[in-house]
Amino acid sequence: MDKPSKQTVRIGFYICHCGSNIAAMVDCPAVARFVGTLPHVVLSRDYKYMCSDPGQELIQKDISEHQLNRVVVASCSPLLHEHTFRGAVEAGGLNPFFFHMVNIREHDSWVHTDPAEATAKAKELAHAAIMRVAMHKALEVKKVPVHPDVLVVGGGIAGIHAALTLANAGKKVFLVEREPSIGGHMAQFDKTFPTLDCAACILTPKMSAVGTHPNITLLSYSEVTKLDGYVGNYTATVKRKPRYISEDKCTGCQECIANCVYKEPKFPDEFNEGLGKRKPVYIPFPQATPQVVVIDPQTCLNFRNGELTGKCKKSCVAACGDKEAIDFSQTETFQELKVGTVIVTTGFQAFDAKRMPQYGYGKFPNVYTALEIERLVNTSGPTAGHVVLRDGKTEPRSIGIIHCVGSRDKKTNRWCSRVCCMFSLKLAHLLKEHTGAEVYNFYIDMRAPGKGYEEFYDKLLEEGVHFIRGRVGEVTDWARTPDEEGKLVIRVEDTLAGYVRRIPFDMVVLATGLEPHADAQDVRRMLNMSCGSEGFFLERHPKLAPVSTFTEGIFLAGCCQGPRDIPDTVAQAGAAAAEALALIDKGFIEQEPNTAFILEDECCGCKSCIPLCPYTAITFDAANKKAVINEALCKGCGTCVAACPSGTIVQNLFDDEEIFSEIEGVLAHE
Amino acid sequence: MSNEWQPRIVAFFCNWCTYTAADLAGVSRLKYASNTRVIRLMCSGRVDPQFILDALAKGADAVLIGGCHPFDCHYAEGNYKCLRRFQLLKRMLMDMGIEAGRLRLEWISAAEGEKVKRVINELTETVRQLGPLGIPQQFAEWDKEMEQFAAHVEAGEALKTPCAEHAPTQEPAHV
Repeated sequence: MDKPSKQTVRIGFYICHCGSNIAAMVDCPAVARFVGTLPHVVLSRDYKYMCSDPGQELIQKDISEHQLNRVVVASCSPLLHEHTFRGAVEAGGLNPFFFHMVNIREHDSWVHTDPAEATAKAKELAHAAIMRVAMHKALEVKKVPVHPDVLVVGGGIAGIHAALTLANAGKKVFLVEREPSIGGHMAQFDKTFPTLDCAACILTPKMSAVGTHPNITLLSYSEVTKLDGYVGNYTATVKRKPRYISEDKCTGCQECIANCVYKEPKFPDEFNEGLGKRKPVYIPFPQATPQVVVIDPQTCLNFRNGELTGKCKKSCVAACGDKEAIDFSQTETFQELKVGTVIVTTGFQAFDAKRMPQYGYGKFPNVYTALEIERLVNTSGPTAGHVVLRDGKTEPRSIGIIHCVGSRDKKTNRWCSRVCCMFSLKLAHLLKEHTGAEVYNFYIDMRAPGKGYEEFYDKLLEEGVHFIRGRVGEVTDWARTPDEEGKLVIRVEDTLAGYVRRIPFDMVVLATGLEPHADAQDVRRMLNMSCGSEGFFLERHPKLAPVSTFTEGIFLAGCCQGPRDIPDTVAQAGAAAAEALALIDKGFIEQEPNTAFILEDECCGCKSCIPLCPYTAITFDAANKKAVINEALCKGCGTCVAACPSGTIVQNLFDDEEIFSEIEGVLAHE
Repeated sequence: MSNEWQPRIVAFFCNWCTYTAADLAGVSRLKYASNTRVIRLMCSGRVDPQFILDALAKGADAVLIGGCHPFDCHYAEGNYKCLRRFQLLKRMLMDMGIEAGRLRLEWISAAEGEKVKRVINELTETVRQLGPLGIPQQFAEWDKEMEQFAAHVEAGEALKTPCAEHAPTQEPAHV
């Protein structure tokens, strides 16, 4: 490689105070003075906010006034503002890659406590960048076209909203949902807080819009199993699970259900949280989208252990008649989709209340989870909205709602699930409305931040719902007094009154928290995303890129990224759709030019690099006995560069000599 | 800053997991020892063993490599390539008399800011116990001996010099 001629290198150095974020710990003027003494540094400045417009204009002005041809900025993380400063350098008339960034905020001022040490570290990091940037070369940004179609993974309210937004903008959307119907958790809810809108009334119009939209291809009962490619050019493999019903032929008449050999529904109904019953051939709920029945091979008599036996008399087939929609020969099929961007809206799972045995869920029949109550108070639920205990007839006269079950608890999940206080209030209201029972809420803190939420809490106080502050110790059926006989007793320390109480109830409701899906890790790996420590998918930046991920072209919305309520989910889904639209309408993406290439003259043809490439970007040119890197396939990891025994592979932006200079720079001081 | 000797540690962090975790440590305002200088690479698979040898040769007392957890590499398997090189290099460093504690490889995911803090603090403490590595000083000493030796040879006294056994027999860890 040609070394840049040392005489021509003219570096401008800028250190940012970031208000007091950096300046409070690092002596910025001292660092600027020090860097000013280094070779090739033409000017060295400190400035209050480099990322501000005046800061960027300063760089542009200096480039022309001082004929700078390299720029170094010491400020925050390059993951945050490298792009900003590259833009400023380019606007100043330089190739944007004649720039290097030094992270003295996240990696220095924010994590150290001794100003002298922090300043010394800033000097060394700056020195390394000055040495490195002298080695930088002009690079070209490659433009790759973006496929205009979008894949939305998960058909809850987030996925529905994102899909509709994109489809209304004229983009083709594939919406993949693993359950037989879209709708997600929201379809299970009765009312929504704080407005008490009926969830079905506001959701089902959107669901049917998805079902009929010409731009949306709905793939229900399907799962994404693989995602290949890169931003703008993804290939997704979708597994279509057999529902044993032809989606094209089924009209949703449900004659098959009426004529199933099982005269009565017999099997626990997933949609109603097992409180109701369904037949082996069923439609999950009346407004299900698509309006296509599904046959469950685990319970259908025509199967045994999921294998087709053909032993049932198949009255459903007869009932279907010449529509011939029932097809027992269906098997799993796989479909490939070409898309440019992906929106992940896989949602959450409710905390399994059995993990807190002290609350007796699964042991005492009249301990319920919040989702069960949602179904119980719902007019289209298993009891047609009649709130009765599990015996099917007794109306509860007293109900205790326990907050924070599987939230804010070091033994289970540490995070606040954000929605439980509010849905507990809503359920308290609905239960009181349905039964007139005395309702108690046991809370740690009442969290009602949101438009109209605090007012809703006030309303509940006025309605006469009781609130007791304290984490419940246990739910027991062990009666100590006659009035506790046959009841569930909640033992709790009332931390406002300052004593331990025992309160008997007919019904106990557990406000179970939200947690990542059990298979969230598999999904994360498949889509090459990151997870936070709780297991929710990690956004690119918590504030400035809340729906982006670390993988370009993959966006997040809804509870897969963290617990949130419906308004926030819908807002986020809209944001994710807008991000996808921005990519699609631009038409191309600019790829970081950090790919590797081979210095053809020096390659000895040893083939060491070829098996190392995870993207099979390296091939062997047998005629010339040289390895060749396909730039379009290279993603710039640099593994081959590190392995090349003759040092003939060069990685743009992370070239050997750039890194060696950086090493020398950080170690240049005693 | 105290005047006592301070360990100098060079760290190579992958862009996607460990560098982001170090950013998270910053955003979370965790506090850790200031002895580590981070060099960002796209992948731990980019860590050329020469980088490590070069860092040690230029005065680092220890080298830390941070990559994504197994199965989590942004580039599918770069972290495994890094692990293989790390194992071989570690053995080689031990043969060269460099303590195993001076080279550390850690899988730190983007969510593990706390782990960045712990690992850097632990490594700083380990190196503090081990003391300076001092390879540049060693090189300087050898150079001086060689100069003296050359001077002796020039003066025709080569056979009398007692330090012939110190002359380096092979190229030291220098790039």
